[in-house]
Amino acid sequence: MSAMPFPARPEKPRVGLFVTCLVDLMRPSVGFAAVKLLEDAGCTVEAPVQTCCGQPAYNSGDRGTTRDLAMRMIEAFQGYDYVVAPSGSCAGMIKAHYPELFEEDPNWRAKADALATKTYELTSFLVDVLGVTKVDASFNGAVTYHDSCSGLRELKVKTQPRRLLASVEGLTLVEMKDSDVCCGFGGTFAVKYSDISGAIVEAKAKNIEEAQAPTVLAGDLGCLMNMAGKLSRDGRPVQVRHVAEVLAGMTDEPPIGAAKADAIK
Amino acid sequence: MTVHSTSPQFKQNAARALNDDQLQKALGNVKQGFIDKRQMAADKLPEFEALRDSARDIKNHTLEHLDLYLEAYEEKVKASGGHVHFARDAAEARDIILSICRETGAKTVTKGKSMISEEIGINHHLEANGITPVETDLGEYIIQLRGELPSHIIAPAVHLNATQVEEDFRRVHTHLDAKRDLSEPVQLLTEARAVLRERFLAADVGITGANFLVAETGTSIIVTNEGNGDLTQILPKTHIVLASIEKLVPTLEDVSQLLRVLARSATGQELSVYTTFSTGPRRSTDADGPENYHVVILDNGRSSMLGTAFEEMLRCIRCGACMNHCPVYHAVGGHAYGWVYPGPMGAVLTPSLIGVDKAGHLPNASTFCGRCESVCPVRIPLPKLMRHWREREFERHLTPATVRSGLQLWGFFAKRPALYRFATRAAMGALALAGRQRGRFAWLPMAKGWTKYRDFPAPQGETFQQRWTRERKGARA
Amino acid sequence: MSSRDDIFGNIRRSLGVKGTETIRRQMVEDRLERSPRGVIPKRGQVSGEERIALFKTMVETSLATVTEVASAAEVPQSIALFLRNHNLPATLRMGDDPRLKTMPWSDTTLDIAHGPSEGRDLSAVSHAFGGIAESGTLAMVSSADNPSTLNFLPDNHIVVVSAKDIASDYESVWNRVRFAYGKGSMPRTVNWITGPSRSGDIEQTLLLGAHGPRRLHVVVVRE
Repeated sequence: MSAMPFPARPEKPRVGLFVTCLVDLMRPSVGFAAVKLLEDAGCTVEAPVQTCCGQPAYNSGDRGTTRDLAMRMIEAFQGYDYVVAPSGSCAGMIKAHYPELFEEDPNWRAKADALATKTYELTSFLVDVLGVTKVDASFNGAVTYHDSCSGLRELKVKTQPRRLLASVEGLTLVEMKDSDVCCGFGGTFAVKYSDISGAIVEAKAKNIEEAQAPTVLAGDLGCLMNMAGKLSRDGRPVQVRHVAEVLAGMTDEPPIGAAKADAIK
Repeated sequence: MTVHSTSPQFKQNAARALNDDQLQKALGNVKQGFIDKRQMAADKLPEFEALRDSARDIKNHTLEHLDLYLEAYEEKVKASGGHVHFARDAAEARDIILSICRETGAKTVTKGKSMISEEIGINHHLEANGITPVETDLGEYIIQLRGELPSHIIAPAVHLNATQVEEDFRRVHTHLDAKRDLSEPVQLLTEARAVLRERFLAADVGITGANFLVAETGTSIIVTNEGNGDLTQILPKTHIVLASIEKLVPTLEDVSQLLRVLARSATGQELSVYTTFSTGPRRSTDADGPENYHVVILDNGRSSMLGTAFEEMLRCIRCGACMNHCPVYHAVGGHAYGWVYPGPMGAVLTPSLIGVDKAGHLPNASTFCGRCESVCPVRIPLPKLMRHWREREFERHLTPATVRSGLQLWGFFAKRPALYRFATRAAMGALALAGRQRGRFAWLPMAKGWTKYRDFPAPQGETFQQRWTRERKGARA
Repeated sequence: MSSRDDIFGNIRRSLGVKGTETIRRQMVEDRLERSPRGVIPKRGQVSGEERIALFKTMVETSLATVTEVASAAEVPQSIALFLRNHNLPATLRMGDDPRLKTMPWSDTTLDIAHGPSEGRDLSAVSHAFGGIAESGTLAMVSSADNPSTLNFLPDNHIVVVSAKDIASDYESVWNRVRFAYGKGSMPRTVNWITGPSRSGDIEQTLLLGAHGPRRLHVVVVRE
C-alpha cells in the first residue's frame, strides 16, 4: 500500500458525492443509495452544489463549454478527500479526460490531475479504496449485470460490483451473453443515430432476457434508462435498477421505467 | 479526388443496412468468429500486451523519423534493382501504375488484396485504359464481380452469404456447366481457384499492396492466407507494389514485432499462412520471380497528418480488430460508412483523406464504448481521435444546427447552478407528474429519436439536490 | 518540384524538421545498424528436443502435417509413403537444391521433375532455409535451388527441414539470413509459411487450399 500515489487514507474520509446529472434529475434514489453505502463504509458524505461534468459538450466537440464546466466541478470538489460518483461514465470523464482538457494550462492541469487522482466510481471506491468486501443488504432472486463501457474500459470496473453483489443475501448473479458489449446509449448518440442505437440496444435487450434473471443491474443511469426503455417497449418483462440501489438494500422505489403500481404486482 | 464516397449519406446507408435481412445475417458472422479467436490468441501469448506496447513504440519511432527511413528504404530498393516512384495523390499513383503497365505491354493485371488500390480506384482506371484488372483474393474477386467496395478491410465479402456468391459465379463463369453443383462453400472455392489459376498464369503485371516496407533491406512484405498475393507477385513479368508512406518500419526485427500482433489481432492466427518478404526483381541465381520490381509510394494526404493529433492513426496496421469489435459496425456493416475504410479506423482515417465536411458523420456515429481502442494492436486511441474530429467540426460550425442550439441551451443552464436547479426542479416535477401512471413515456416531444425505439423512463419527481437540501441541509431551498 | 521532393518536404514540414539534424540521422543509422530486438516470447526460448517438439506441435496447429526421419537418406521413402497414403500420383517436382538432389530418390519409384513450376504439378518438394519453433513456421529463400513457384502452385507442398535449422524465433532466422546474405541484404524472396493455403472469405468458413497448396507436409531430418 505504500506505493499509493496519495497520502494515507484518512480515518473518516470526507467524500464529495458527484451525483451526476441523470441521477440528480431522473433517479435521486440512486444518489441516496450511494450515500448510504458510503456512510456505512465510514465516510462523511457531502453533496456540494453541482450541475454537470461537461461530458455532453465534450463528446460533441465543444471544448470551450467543457472547460468552463470542468473548472466549476474542480472548484466545487477540490476540498474533499475523495470524489465518488454512482457512474463509471461521469467518474471516467473526470479521471480520464479532465487532465487532457487543460494540457496547455499548467495551473489548471495540476488541479485537474489532483481531482482525477481522487475521483472514483462508486463500487470501485468501495472495494479498491475502502476495502469493503460485503454489504448489509438482501435481495430476493437472480440478477444479471451489464458492464457499462466507460466504467469497464476507462476505470476497469468489472469485478468490484460483482464482488459486492455476491455478498447480498438472497441474490444470485447470472451472467448474460456479451455483458461487456455496449448497450447503444452513447449519450447524444442515442438520439442523433437513433436507428443504429435502437439496433444495438435491441441485441442487448435480447441478451438480458435470455439470461433469465428477473432483474438487470448496471452502474450507469444512461445505460439503464436505455435498456429499461427498450425492454419495456419490446415487452420483455425484466426489471431494471442501478446496482447501488440493490447494494444499499434500497429497492422500495419502482424499477426504472416502471410505475408504482407495476412494482406492487 | 479518389473513389466516390457516399459517406455524407451515412444515415440513409445505415437505415438501409439495418433493414437488409440478408446483410444482418451475414454480419452475425463478424460478431461470432473474430472476437473469440482474437481473445484466444491473445490469451495464449503471455507477452501479447508487451508486444502491443512494442508495436506502438516502433510505429511512433518510425513516424517521427519517416523522412529518413523513407530515404534509407528508397536507397535499398534501388540497390536491389528495383524502382521507387512517389505519388502525391491518387491520380498520380494511377498514372504511374498505368504507365508501368503500358511499358510492359500488359493486357491483364492480377491484383493482391490492397486497400490502397481501392483508395486510388486503380481498377476502374486500368479498365478505362483497356487493361483488365483481376482481383485474386477470393473475397476481393467476389466483390469485383459485383462491382462493390470491400465492406471489411480483411474480409472484403463479409457482407455476403454463399448463395449470393453462387449466383455471381453462375452469372460470370458462363463457360462452365450450368448444371454444376455449387451448394457448398468448398465448391465455390474450388471453382474460383480453377478460374483464377488461369488468370495468374496469363497475367503480365501483378499489383500487390504491402503490409510493411523495411528500410534496412528495401523489402516489401505482404501477409495473406490464400497465397494469392504470392502468385500475383512471382508469376508475372512485372511486380508493382503499391504502398502508402506509413507502411515503413526500420528493421526486420521491428517487423517481427508487428507481425506477432497483426495476425493474432486480425484472425486469431499465430501468424498468417504466408508472410512474404520481397526485395527487388529476380536475381541471376533465381529460376522464377518478376523481372521488374516497382514500388509506388503514395501520400494522398497522410504527410499532413504527421505532427497533428491524427499522427497516431498512421500507426494502423490494418488488422480489422477495431471493426470486429465495434457495435456500430456490427449493426450496419462496412458499406454504410460510404468509402474505402469502414469501422472505427475508417471513422478516423476517412475524414483525413476525403475531408471532414464529407465524412463528418463517421466520427460522430460512435457510442465511444472504447472496445476498439481496447483491442487495437498498436494502441491507437480511436475514440479520442473521433472526438478530435468532432471538435474540428464544432470549430468549423459543421455540427448540425439543432445539436449546436441544444448544446447552447444546456450549457447556459449548466453554467448557472441556481437557475439550473430551479429549471430542472420544475421540469422534472412536471415530467414525473405526467409519467406517474405508467412510469415511462412512449413518446416525448423533444426526444423523438429516443422514443422511436424505446420508452423514456419517467423521473422520480424531486431532484437529488432538492431532496438533499431538504433532508440534510435544512429547508433552505 | 518533383512528387518525391514535395512529399519529403511535406513530411518534414509536418514533423517540424529539416532532415539534416545530426541527432535524428544518428538515431536512424544506429537503429538500422544495430537492429535491436524487441519483446521475444518465452514460448520459443527452448532448445534441443524441446524446441523440435514445439516446432512440430505448432506445425500441426497450423493444420499442416509433420513427420520425422533419422537421416537425409530416409527422406525419399518418407515422401513416397506420404504420396501413397494420400492416393497421390508418384510424381514430384523439385529445384536444384544439392541437399535434395543427393538424396537416394532411385530407392523409390517417384518420377522426379526439376525446375520451377508452371502451374500443372500436383506435388513438389522444397528444402527450407529453416524452421521457427515459436509458430511452426517454415522459412524459405528463393533461388534456383528452391524456386518460389514450388511453394505456391502445386496442390501438395512437401518441405524438408533440418532439425539443426529449427530456430526458436524469427529474430534468430534473420541472424542466419544476415550471415548468409550480408547485413542489409536479402534474397529476392523470403517466404514464411505457416500451414496450408486457406480462405475464410465465404461466410467466414475456414476452407483449405484457396490458391496455394491444399496440403503442407513437413519432413524434419534429425541428423
